[in-house]
Amino acid sequence: MYKVKVYVTLRKSVLDPHGNAVKKQMQMNGIDGIKDVRIGKYIELTFNKDTENLENKIKEVCENLLVNPVTEDYRYEIEECAAQ
Amino acid sequence: MKFAVITFPGTSCDVDMYHAIVDGLGEKAEYVRHDETDLDRFDAVVLPGGFAFGNYLRPGAIAKLCPVIDAVVKAAEAGKPVLGVSNGFQILLEAGLLPGAMLQNEALKFICDTVSIEVKNANTAFTNQYDEGEMIRLPIAHEDGNYYCDEKTLEELKENNQIVFTYHGGNPNGSVENIAGIINKKGNVLGMMPHPDRAVEELLGNTDGLKLFQSIVKQWRESNAVKA
Repeated sequence: MYKVKVYVTLRKSVLDPHGNAVKKQMQMNGIDGIKDVRIGKYIELTFNKDTENLENKIKEVCENLLVNPVTEDYRYEIEECAAQ
Repeated sequence: MKFAVITFPGTSCDVDMYHAIVDGLGEKAEYVRHDETDLDRFDAVVLPGGFAFGNYLRPGAIAKLCPVIDAVVKAAEAGKPVLGVSNGFQILLEAGLLPGAMLQNEALKFICDTVSIEVKNANTAFTNQYDEGEMIRLPIAHEDGNYYCDEKTLEELKENNQIVFTYHGGNPNGSVENIAGIINKKGNVLGMMPHPDRAVEELLGNTDGLKLFQSIVKQWRESNAVKA
């Protein structure tokens, strides 16, 4: 089996009100040095071991469904894992 | 004139929309499920508000992959009027029928209110019964109505007069340039966050949305008269 870890983040140009609220609270709590907080999504996909064109399939699901390219960027990591 | 009212699991304003078309406007309407593939029998397509697929992942993200969307794209390509209200607007953006994307409201809250809207472009198939610059009042009810697009897209929207409605006297959700509704370049696909479908009856205190539906009918009658 393959475990695919997809990280979806807001593009730099997009304001992140969740992140801003968290950052302000951290600053109010006196956390030194905190400059910015950006909140994103983490998605885990599990594929069968014999999946063909795995990377193409990952890109397809990311670009067609998991990610909106107008507002979001993504990256992914592939890990081999034992079937459960 | 016959309208398709598209429904997904989680759509909740389909009955408002049907009522606005049938009882407010006096035209025909039919509900069409998300898994249908043929819209040829309709003259116009409407995507009503709600929470298609629970707005999971992003509003409209799952809905855009439904079979009916291919038929909506086909109707849009054929030049039929396609209107997306609220969640319907979000679906049109996700489906790529309109440029840009929706973000969560800047204040991170669901807003339910009636707001002032300016008609920025009264020369469209959806606004020809309004006056340019006319101020109207329409209900809004959304959590993800913060319209976003990049600079280049915004320039294009302005250049082609595609910004049809803007919020007036305060921006409720953080939208770029106070945008409340935009139209495609061809002029037959309109997306808007405010609900004209909830403003068609004197009894409910507001009829400012009725002219939007009347505009669609007027344009359709005129273009069909030319064909005949």
